[in-house]
Amino acid sequence: MNHIAPGRNAGVYSYDDIDRRFVAERVEQFRAQVERRLSGELTEDEFKPLRLMNGLYLQLHAYMLRVAVPYGVLTSRQLRKLAEIGRKYDKGYGHFTTRQNLQFNWIKLEDTPAILHELAEVDMHALQTSGNCVRNVTTDQFVGAARDEVVDGRVYAEILRQWTTLHPEFTFLPRKFKIAIMGSDADRAAIRVHDVGVFAKRNERGEVGFTFYVGGGLGRSPFIGKLIRDWVPEEDFVAYLEAILRVYNQYGRRDNIYKARIKILVHELGQEKFTREVEEEFARLRGPKYRLAPEIVDEIRRRFGGPAFETLTDEPESFQAAKAANPDFARWVAVNVLAHKVPGYAAATISLKPAGGIPGDATSEQMELVADLADAHSFGELRVSHVQNLVLAHVRQDALFTLWTALEANGLGTPNAGLIGDIIACPGLDYCALANARSIPLAQAISARFADPARQQAIGELGIKISGCINACGHHHVGAIGILGVDKKGEEFYQITVGGDPTLTTAIGDILGPAVTADETVDAIEAIVEVYLSNRHDGERFIDTLKRVGHGPFKERVYAAH
Amino acid sequence: MALNDQSSNEAVLKAITANRLRDGEVIFLAPGPDLRWVERLDDAALFEDAATDAALAAAKAQAEGEQFAVDVYAFDLRVADGQRVPVKTRERIRALGPTVRIDLGKQAAA
Repeated sequence: MNHIAPGRNAGVYSYDDIDRRFVAERVEQFRAQVERRLSGELTEDEFKPLRLMNGLYLQLHAYMLRVAVPYGVLTSRQLRKLAEIGRKYDKGYGHFTTRQNLQFNWIKLEDTPAILHELAEVDMHALQTSGNCVRNVTTDQFVGAARDEVVDGRVYAEILRQWTTLHPEFTFLPRKFKIAIMGSDADRAAIRVHDVGVFAKRNERGEVGFTFYVGGGLGRSPFIGKLIRDWVPEEDFVAYLEAILRVYNQYGRRDNIYKARIKILVHELGQEKFTREVEEEFARLRGPKYRLAPEIVDEIRRRFGGPAFETLTDEPESFQAAKAANPDFARWVAVNVLAHKVPGYAAATISLKPAGGIPGDATSEQMELVADLADAHSFGELRVSHVQNLVLAHVRQDALFTLWTALEANGLGTPNAGLIGDIIACPGLDYCALANARSIPLAQAISARFADPARQQAIGELGIKISGCINACGHHHVGAIGILGVDKKGEEFYQITVGGDPTLTTAIGDILGPAVTADETVDAIEAIVEVYLSNRHDGERFIDTLKRVGHGPFKERVYAAH
Repeated sequence: MALNDQSSNEAVLKAITANRLRDGEVIFLAPGPDLRWVERLDDAALFEDAATDAALAAAKAQAEGEQFAVDVYAFDLRVADGQRVPVKTRERIRALGPTVRIDLGKQAAA
C-alpha cells in the first residue's frame, strides 16, 4: 500500500503490485488466523477482534461479511465478482448498506479466507468495514458526474483510504470513526451526522480547500457536527485530519462504549475547547512531513482517469420522443435521473426499493445485469449510494430508454428515488444480533401501501428511514419521517419521529408521541402524509410544511384513535 | 435434567443455543449426557429454570473446549400443543430464519 506517511511520497494510489501484495498478505494472515481458531490455538476472545478487522461479524443466523466498496465506487468486474460470491458462498443475494458497502448474510467462517482471496483477485477486500478504525470513507454517489460539483471528492476519499489503512495511530481508536466528503454545495452524503464531515470547495482563486465539521453522529446520542474550521488548504488536508484524530485518541473515552465516539468528546469538551485542541495539534503537525503535495493529488486524480465523454447535446430528439411516447419512462426520468455535468449525459439511479421489496437487497442475477448495463452504458463503472441504491453515473441521454427498458424488465425500474418508497432500512431483527425489532417488514408494508408511482410523485420528496435499534444504522434520526424499533416486554413497537434532515439544513427529528405497533405505524405514516397534503402550500416539501404548521396537526391525527 | 414436551405444557422452560463455530449455524443443545448439538429447536433439550445453569456451564465448557460453538446461552420458550415457541421474537427468528425470506434458514427445510 502506498501509504501517505511522514517522509514518504505516496505518489500513486491505484492498485498496483504493492497494493495487491498487501491485500494478498492480509488474506493469508486471516487464513492462518482462521485455522488457528478452528484448531483451538486461538480463543474466541482472541479471534473476535481479528475477524472484525476483516469485516466478519457473527449475526443471528450465520456470519456476516461486510465487503468494502471504497467511497461507493465499483467496476462492473467487481460487481460480477460480488454476484459470484453471493451465488457460490451465500444464498444468491447481497445487501447494500448505508455505508455504501455490501453485506453477505449467510457466510461460513471456514469459507471466509477463500472469499477474501476471490475478492482480492478484483482488488477488493473487507478492511475498514468493522472495528475501532477509520471506516470506509463515503461520498456523493454522483461524484464526478453531478452538475453542481465543485471538487471531485473521490480523490480526497482515496487519499484518506491510503492514509488510514495502515496508520498505527488509527488501528485502536476509542471507537469506530466515520468520515464523509462532499464536493458540491448540496449535501448528498449526510455530512453533518458523521464523526468528521468534510465539504471540499474552491476559493476565489480556484484553489481547493476544506470545511470541517466534527462530532456529528446518530445512535443513542445523536449530534449534529460542529463547524471547527471553514477553510483548510488542500496541502493541510491530511495534517488537519491527523490533528483531529490525535485529539480524539488522546482524550476520547475508552471506559464506556456509549461515550467513546468523538461526538461525546466534542460535546463534553465543548466546541471551542475541542477546536483549540485541534488547532494546537495542527500547529505542531503542520509542515513538510504532513504536507499533501499538489503532485500527489494530481497523480491520484490522474489514476482515477476520466470517462471518454463524447461531444453531445442535451435532450436529443430520440430521448424526447421516448419520453413523449412512454409516460412510465418519462416518470422514471423525472424521478430517478439527474442532470450531468457533461451535456448529453445523465446519472441514473437504479432503485433497490421495489414496492414491497427489501431495501438494499439485490440478487446475484440483478448484480450481473447491472454490471452488464454499466458496461453497455456507463463506462463499466457504477456506484452504491448511502440510501441503498445503485447509480450508473455517466449514461448517454439517448441510451436512457434502452437502459430503463432493461431495468424495468428485471424489477429494477422503480421510479421512486427520493420519494416515500425510497426507504432506508437497516437489516433489523431479521438478521442483526443487536436489533430490538424488525425493520424490513415495516419498510415493505409502507412501500406497498404507497406503491402507486403517481401518488408517490404527487407526495414528492419525503425520506422515511427505519432503524431496528438505537444504534441507528437506518439513520432514523434524520428521516423526514424516522421510525425506531423498540422492544416493549418482548413485543415490537415503533417510535415515530418527524422533521429529521440529512442535508445542508441538518436536523434531528422530534418524537411525535408514544410508540405504536407495526400495523399502527403504517396507518400513522398514511395519516402524516394526509395531514401534509391537506396543509401544504404550492411547492412545499413535507419538512417545509411541518416547519410551518408545527407538529400539532400531525400528532393529533396520528393519535386520534388512542 | 432435560424434560420432555408433555411434562411442560404452557410452562416457561429454557433451551440452550449457540452458533456453530465453523459456519455460524444456529444450534441447540440436545438431550442426553453426551453434550451433542442439533440444528432444530424441536430436537433440543428443554430445562426447568433450576437445572439450566449447570447445563449451560457444561455446554459452554464443551463448546469452548472442543472449538465447536460460540455465544452459548439459554433462552425462554413455551410449549403449547406440542409446539415449542420461544418467548422472544429474536429467538423465534433464530430458530426459523428471517421472517422476510421464508425461503431461507431452518424454516425453508421444514
